[in-house]
Amino acid sequence: MATPLGKVRGLGSARRGTETFWLQRLTALANVPLVIFLIVSIVSHVGADYATVRAFLAQPLVALAMLALVISAAMHMRIGLKEIIEDYVHCEGLKIAALVLTTFFAVGVGLACTLALVKISLGT
Amino acid sequence: MSNTTDTRRPLSPHLQIYRPMLTMMMSIAHRISGASLAIGFVLLAWWLLAVSAGPEAFATADAFFASLFGRFLLFMFSWALIHHMLGGIRHLIWDTGRGLDLVSIEVFAWATIIGSTVLTVALWAVGYWLRGAA
Repeated sequence: MATPLGKVRGLGSARRGTETFWLQRLTALANVPLVIFLIVSIVSHVGADYATVRAFLAQPLVALAMLALVISAAMHMRIGLKEIIEDYVHCEGLKIAALVLTTFFAVGVGLACTLALVKISLGT
Repeated sequence: MSNTTDTRRPLSPHLQIYRPMLTMMMSIAHRISGASLAIGFVLLAWWLLAVSAGPEAFATADAFFASLFGRFLLFMFSWALIHHMLGGIRHLIWDTGRGLDLVSIEVFAWATIIGSTVLTVALWAVGYWLRGAA
């Protein structure tokens, strides 16, 4: 018979304890300039016609910044929503379902934006 | 021997026990603004997909964003973004161990509220002014 502590003793840490914390800070830092870029892009293109918007998004640096934002924001959103669910949803089944759905959601919107940006960049 | 699996132990008091305080409201606001940005992400995906799909799809999305409700959503989206960004910068400062005293947290709270509101209104004012001038 070994206590739970006895069982894990000597196995060492997985070294991943602060990974989520670190990733949330890293993506937060990346999001600051990227979000400012997004806000300026949106406000300066309100009411602009199709050709103008498409030409703007097709520029390599604009597409690159948008792609970086979409990926960084999707990762940041997934961790944030996960933390909220873990704090407030106490029914185990519901919690797991919510965590699965938010992960699918984050990956889904991230991929949708990526696909759109690739299509716009390649002009197809 | 006492039963250690009995979970009817006293729990730490939750939100409804405390007197509402500004810093606590700001903590909640940071979560609400963050969670509501998920809706903003869907709007961004719709906009990008519409641009990639062609002029007809873009016209549909554009008509929605030009409507009163669409403009309201865009305004709230930008406000939530700026609010969450300022609140996030505050968290990054706290991570360095600075600004954790009672005066600083109160100053940060007000800076986030006033800063996000002023910046959002100024942003759209300048945006519409530039559009009118163009």
